[in-house]
Amino acid sequence: MPKDSGIGASSKRREDVRFLTGAGNYTDDINVRGQAYVYFLRSDIAHGRINSVDTSTAEGMPGVVRVFTGKDFEGVGGMPCGWEVTDKHGAPMQEPPHPILAQGKVRHVGDPIVAVVADSLEQARDAAEAIDLDIEELPAVIDMKSAAQEGATLVHDDLKNNICYDWQLGEADDAKVNDVFANAAHVTTLDLVNNRLVANPMEPRVAVAEYSRGTDEYTLYTTSQNPHVIRLLMCAFVLGLPEHKVRVVAPDVGGGFGTKIFHYAEEAFCTFAAKACNRPVKWTASRSEAFMSDAQGRDHVSTIELALDADNNFIGLRTNTYANLGAYLSTFSSSVPTWLHGTLMAGNYKTPVIQVNVKAMFTNTVPVDAYRGAGRPEATFQLERVIDKAARELGVDPIALRRQNFVTQFPYDTPVALTYDTGDYNGTMDKLEAAADLAGFAARRAQSEAKGKLRGLGVNCYIEACGIAPSNIVGMLGARAGLYDAATVRVNATGSISVMVGAHSHGQGHETAFPQVVADMIGIDESMVEIVHGDTSKIPFGMGTYGSRSLAVCGSAMVKATEKVIDKAKKIAAHLLEASEADIELKDGQFSVAGTDKSVAWGDVTLTAYVPHNYPLEVEPGLEETAFYDPANFTFPAGAYACEVEVDPDTGQVTIEKFTAADDFGNIVNPMIVDGQVHGGIGQGIGQALLENCAYDENGQLLSASFMDYAMPRADDVPFYGVDHSSQTPCTHNPLGVKGCGEAGAIGSPPAVVNAVLDALNSGGRAVDHIDMPMSPSRVWTAMHG
Amino acid sequence: MYNFEFEKPSTIADAVAALATEDAQALGGGQTLIPTLKQRLAAPSKLVSMGGIAEMQGVCVDDDGSVSVGGATPHVAVARDAAGSYPALAALAGQIGDPAVRNRGTIGGSVANNDPAACYPAGVLGSGATVVTNARQIAADDFFQGMFTTALDEGEIITSIRFPVPQAASYQKFLQPASRFALVGVYLARFTDGVRVAVTGASEDGVFRWSEAEQALNKEFRPDALMDLRINPANMIADLHGSKEYRAHLVSVMTKRAVEACM
Ligand SMILES: Cc1cc2nc3c(=O)[nH]c(=O)nc-3n(C[C@H](O)[C@H](O)[C@H](O)COP(=O)(O)OP(=O)(O)OC[C@H]3O[C@@H](n4cnc5c(N)ncnc54)[C@H](O)[C@@H]3O)c2cc1C
Repeated sequence: MPKDSGIGASSKRREDVRFLTGAGNYTDDINVRGQAYVYFLRSDIAHGRINSVDTSTAEGMPGVVRVFTGKDFEGVGGMPCGWEVTDKHGAPMQEPPHPILAQGKVRHVGDPIVAVVADSLEQARDAAEAIDLDIEELPAVIDMKSAAQEGATLVHDDLKNNICYDWQLGEADDAKVNDVFANAAHVTTLDLVNNRLVANPMEPRVAVAEYSRGTDEYTLYTTSQNPHVIRLLMCAFVLGLPEHKVRVVAPDVGGGFGTKIFHYAEEAFCTFAAKACNRPVKWTASRSEAFMSDAQGRDHVSTIELALDADNNFIGLRTNTYANLGAYLSTFSSSVPTWLHGTLMAGNYKTPVIQVNVKAMFTNTVPVDAYRGAGRPEATFQLERVIDKAARELGVDPIALRRQNFVTQFPYDTPVALTYDTGDYNGTMDKLEAAADLAGFAARRAQSEAKGKLRGLGVNCYIEACGIAPSNIVGMLGARAGLYDAATVRVNATGSISVMVGAHSHGQGHETAFPQVVADMIGIDESMVEIVHGDTSKIPFGMGTYGSRSLAVCGSAMVKATEKVIDKAKKIAAHLLEASEADIELKDGQFSVAGTDKSVAWGDVTLTAYVPHNYPLEVEPGLEETAFYDPANFTFPAGAYACEVEVDPDTGQVTIEKFTAADDFGNIVNPMIVDGQVHGGIGQGIGQALLENCAYDENGQLLSASFMDYAMPRADDVPFYGVDHSSQTPCTHNPLGVKGCGEAGAIGSPPAVVNAVLDALNSGGRAVDHIDMPMSPSRVWTAMHG
Repeated sequence: MYNFEFEKPSTIADAVAALATEDAQALGGGQTLIPTLKQRLAAPSKLVSMGGIAEMQGVCVDDDGSVSVGGATPHVAVARDAAGSYPALAALAGQIGDPAVRNRGTIGGSVANNDPAACYPAGVLGSGATVVTNARQIAADDFFQGMFTTALDEGEIITSIRFPVPQAASYQKFLQPASRFALVGVYLARFTDGVRVAVTGASEDGVFRWSEAEQALNKEFRPDALMDLRINPANMIADLHGSKEYRAHLVSVMTKRAVEACM
């Protein structure tokens, strides 16, 4: 019987009422009295030396408040990078400055050069057109492999080359790795590209900042996934402001997908300019600006080699990846191709020897950083594609080959630095085979062939690491932040509860799922619990939402704080019931004395806490507790996905006919929300596999700079998904036994789609080894006729 | 966008007069023009809306059986009101953009704009339609003069388009994955006196007639008649979404499908 409330219930998303009826409050809905508008004049070339910037005409134009250039920020810090990666020789990564407005050079199309603040946006734009820029164009550094060459044009003149770091993980002894490959019965090699993506949340980025001369306080409203992180970075590293004088609010946020984690120059600018102009300053990105200033995702070029013994056991894996970082280091960019990618290279398999090599490159393109999955999709894609190719080369069943190599004993220490606490990969694969009706595939293929279409089946596994932690370990790996989270559970006198959380909900449904947990623990109605998030003046210092961490990390803090509340409430109940605290039980919102019919209701206890007349003297009044939670390990959601496609042999058009996901997310609080998260993730994965292509030409011009050329997945591009999450091995180290589900779909689905297309072509008699994503009709057709 | 004057006349004569101002421009549904203005890529002194001119609205069947579509008729009205009189044209209109675009965008705007990937130019050229303006009548074969270029003079208004109705016709559109304009679109119309094949999306010269295919189909109206025909890729468009060769190939595939649909 499905539950109708509490943990395990598919409670309807309460926040959707406001989102769907136009009652949301997004950053662009916030207008502050007297606000001015900023327009950023951005570089239209990818690489150039700034000879001069003449703003004199612009300054005198109607409505102009002030014009800012890089010079105004010479004494101000640049945008910081939150993770220092150490290269394979022990040297720190090369870390160039990232000024708020360009200084000396422009380094990508969209790099902001001048900011014009005016009474209206149109006036600011008019004035920007009157600015005289003298910029000497330099050769653009675009292709990563040529960028790595000796003597290549430098993106940053002060660096020794364009390589941010040359990093390695796993087996450091090259001879040993060579040996494994030399003695292998079979080696499969694959070159592949993980295509660059633009996140394109429905809501573009916005910042509104105000400054009060009276109190010397700032407020920044911004589209962020983590307001406390933004405040810390902006105050400590960029503007040098005391945190207690700055409030950062991230109200309703219309989708983040990673790209709203980072601290961006525009929000620091607005905060700075609000004081400099003594006026609130507002910026709303246009969609075109989003294409050239939101951090982009993926963009890896890799070679992967898999060694197998004569019995088809995986005996070695080696990868060489060029990872594009773009022109500057965005906040967490350096961690993505390394600790979020290399560590996942073992996948679900017990390969004993793994070596991961990553060269991270500066190029004259928009900075690249975490995008839904962040590093883990790139790892999964390489691994699951090379396994598929190996199965085809060896003529073995791809599922059997995977099963044969699964990790089956837990905990399992991988050769790439992780310890998987739990999992059941065979069990999850069993669920997939049933849910996807793999037995019926042959019949479905026959039906497609009767219509003149090729049908293919692609299956793959994935594992991901969520709730990145613990802080002491990530600190050793170079993180410049802790990765705990925090929650304050404030019980009101009449028993309703406000939970202030560090996590931020921008579509994930926290406002529904988090109360389910607290309500369940106490035995009260969910509607009595409300989540408060997104405002540094209201919530404890938490790290926000990304990496599928919210429930696993912040939810755990919330559970701990609720436990503290319950413990204290039991003391009060014991006093009221004149019993011993040890005998008090809490069930269905009633405190009772074990083995008696004496009880007192939740609401009576909470009222007593705030009206402490009949009260235990040794207990403080009030009922409010905070907990910080630093996980002992990552969580490891894992799954198996199956995709069936039809390919039109005349045009190369691919359609997804069936998509099934079997995930092991451990325990599940709200199955409906989990389904939705998986649906959305798969939609983005299908987008990456078939449609989305952020492409630059050799001069660094973005070819797909609008929706006219950048293809987002639409409803008719995706099928009805089958989602099964009944395979559940609860996380062993957090109180809820939860693992996280936000990114799984985007991680697990691209290889399934590509494997399916290649199966369709190969079983249709076309020998094709690989097609790079997105598998557009033109690319598929070309591969078929290549 | 930059500032401009705005007029919404109710007769063609007033519209022509309003357009006499230097740098004045006609506004149809604004689906192309307004985004251009927002990007500050155009700076007309005045926009003259076609939206208030009753005589430029709607679909009607003329005495000779041809179908006339008013120059300011939105795509949604053509999709609905030509469904009986000229189903292939109605189907074309119903495949343009999304509901919002179809509710605003007009046939006159689309044809005047002559985007190389637009649908209507293929329908107009494939049907051998006549473009009627405030000043004259222009045969489709003379009207389209290459990407974004037409026979229209400054200030000339498309008041209606007159389509002779073929025995059978079909528009086969292969979607560009992002914009969902035509990566290649083929409009094939079969009249008693011959077949016309118009191709959009494919050529650097904009919409064109594929005369070799027409000749082959005039001899024998069967998909196989096209078997050995290949269009020269040299003038095809190459971009992110498809090479010249791919577009040339799609022209054959879409033409064949159009023949099949007309059988
Ligand atoms: C999201 C989107 C998707 C689209 N998809 C498609 C598609 O799949 N296929 C397709 O064919 N099109 C597509 N379009 C374009 C759409 O069909 C437009 O309606 C069309 O290009 C322009 O028509 P309009 O009435 O909006 O003209 P406007 O934008 O108002 O004007 C366009 C040009 O025509 C001129 N003009 C307007 N009316 C007249 C007239 N009566 N006489 C003379 N000149 C005139 C204007 O001065 C201007 O130069 C799409 C547009 C959008 C925004």
